[in-house]
Amino acid sequence: MQEFRAAAIAMTPLIVAVMPIGLVFGAVAASKGLAPAEVALMSALVFAGGSQFVAMDIWTHPASWAALGFSALLVNIRHVLMSASIGGKLDNFTGPARYASMLLLADEIWAMAEMRASNGKLTPAWYAGLAVPFYCVWVLTSLSGALLGAFLGDPKVTGLDFAFPAVFIVLVMGFWKGRETGAVLAASAFAAVLTHQLLPGVWYIAAGAAAGVVVALLSGARKEAHA
Amino acid sequence: MIVDLNTLLAILAMAVATIATRIGGLVLIRYVTIGENQKRALEAIPPAVLMAVIAPTAFVTGPAETIAAAATAVAAMRLPLLASVAVGVVSVALLRLVL
Repeated sequence: MQEFRAAAIAMTPLIVAVMPIGLVFGAVAASKGLAPAEVALMSALVFAGGSQFVAMDIWTHPASWAALGFSALLVNIRHVLMSASIGGKLDNFTGPARYASMLLLADEIWAMAEMRASNGKLTPAWYAGLAVPFYCVWVLTSLSGALLGAFLGDPKVTGLDFAFPAVFIVLVMGFWKGRETGAVLAASAFAAVLTHQLLPGVWYIAAGAAAGVVVALLSGARKEAHA
Repeated sequence: MIVDLNTLLAILAMAVATIATRIGGLVLIRYVTIGENQKRALEAIPPAVLMAVIAPTAFVTGPAETIAAAATAVAAMRLPLLASVAVGVVSVALLRLVL
């Protein structure tokens, strides 16, 4: 219990930061025609902000489960790397607890768990202290955003529809590691815009991701050739 | 509070896809050692995906969105996440009024 509380306290700044994002998510989801119950259900079951933002971007009526499931897979594929990394540091977890803990592997929780593993002992109680309060706040703020959404006005006029793209732009800048990243981003942007103009649906996300990965592999191969 | 069936299916599909990625790494490290190339490809995926998502908004929606996207990117180099997002939201709202 002590471990749980200490971890929750360590997590507090990130919990505060996620609150407005949850509110905006709920408000924009409501403006796309989702009921508050649907918004809360999505936040509770998916619990991955990035993919939920993207889902709102490509939401249709009726919703297309194939397009939305596919885009969630693409946007969240980074979790594979995150769980592969933290997965090697779960010595204090029983088998089932390992898998259960991965269900709540959001970026912020992962980052804090990695930090704990590097300078302390990552226990199930510590992980729960990071994950459970953060999870509850995400679900509750998205529900509140959906309920308050109508009072926040037309998102196009207030610019709130731009909040998601803006979050992504900030996250992209966070991934910047020099010229190599620039090449990946340029390839992705070019392929995505081109595909977006030519094909309907979310294929532009797949095209951009594929182009970025190809460029990353090519520049890696070139670096090895030089070495 | 009625939940639409198509919406429910979409949410479940998203949940299954997301859970697969979260469990995926645990399963992966039991069977595969991740080499340099695999790591490089996996590392390129998040920025490439995020860029692909924003590219149509940032480049082919309109001048207000393009300028606001650039302003957000510049802000992100100096300001924390929330402040940068605020810069983007406020600038797009103002630019849409003007342009």
